[in-house]
Amino acid sequence: MVRAVPAVAAGMSGIALPKMSDSGPPDPLARLGERLDKARARRGNDPSVSEPDNAALQQGAGLGFRIGIEFVVAVVVGTGLGWAIDRWLGTRPWGTIVLFFLGVGAGMLSVYRAVAGMKIPVGSRTLDKIGSSRSAKDKWDDDEE
Amino acid sequence: MAIELQPLEQFTIERLIPLHIGRLDVSYTNSALFMTIAVVLISALMLLGTRRAALVPGRWQSVAEMMYEFVADMVDTNAGHGARDFFPFVFTLFLFILFSNLIGLVPYSFTVTSHIIVTFALAAIVFIGVTIVGIVRHGFHFLRLFVPEGVPIVLLFLLVPIELLSYFIRPFTLSIRLFANMLAGHTMLAIFGGFAASVGFLAFFPLAINIALVGLELLVAVLQAYVFAILTCLYLRDALHLH
Repeated sequence: MVRAVPAVAAGMSGIALPKMSDSGPPDPLARLGERLDKARARRGNDPSVSEPDNAALQQGAGLGFRIGIEFVVAVVVGTGLGWAIDRWLGTRPWGTIVLFFLGVGAGMLSVYRAVAGMKIPVGSRTLDKIGSSRSAKDKWDDDEE
Repeated sequence: MAIELQPLEQFTIERLIPLHIGRLDVSYTNSALFMTIAVVLISALMLLGTRRAALVPGRWQSVAEMMYEFVADMVDTNAGHGARDFFPFVFTLFLFILFSNLIGLVPYSFTVTSHIIVTFALAAIVFIGVTIVGIVRHGFHFLRLFVPEGVPIVLLFLLVPIELLSYFIRPFTLSIRLFANMLAGHTMLAIFGGFAASVGFLAFFPLAINIALVGLELLVAVLQAYVFAILTCLYLRDALHLH
């Protein structure tokens, strides 16, 4: 039920709603549609044209914040884990050394994944496979019905 | 010039209602108070927004619907097929972090998400939950997540530990990212605020910087909530659809 209401809200941005009849009192929905059209005309062109730019910028900023921390945390956690293992098993300094390099590797992997696209998860997945999984959204709507 | 700069004072935890169960300190703190405020505000927005659901939404209903659609879209596109079961979880998580961040920007308030223990608890819930979902859905096959495809067996000895490490690092990156952003931003605001208080008539300059910083912090607050939620979605997709 909740789902049905936003659909109307979303639809209003694209479609001017028709009047119920010409003779009767004007339908409030139609009047709202007309006002929206006028406002849109006043703004010049369709506002949705500038949207992709904005989204790209937002994603870029998010990516920047993400990869900065990714690498550092991987190295720090890896080294810390190695140090803890050394303390526990008394294998100093080998655990620290090995896990430091593993941490660097994991950090680089995370940064690479973050740069190659937010969509690449843990575990290597080739790019064309990701492209095919993008159509998952279309399938989604099918099984709801 | 007697004003001392104490930019970290704002993060102090205070016991508002001291409470002890056995040897456990479960006092109601200022942190808990602001969590309560966040939850009450979210509930109020959602309940009032959907109380009189109209075909043409009013202001509050629009806000509630926009948030719902935003998160539903995010889950749809990022978590993939069959992830709608987890929509309520992601929605709750997103709104809680968003409101905590935004409430923290109100002067004299407390930023819940500037404490690592809070963000780590949230990240740990995500991490443990996602791992359980993966194991329940796929059983033993879940371990395939750590084995890259098409790699020579010799290299697997190197790559599997790296994949394992990068999997177990997730709760740390998730929590540190949010906590560090909030902590740094609020410390910076307090430092420039302290400058403004101590330099007398030159206070205009630090104040101008502070105004710009508040704008930046507003962006960071929303962005970090978004990043936390979208990463949760991506982790969920990993667990739901192994490669």
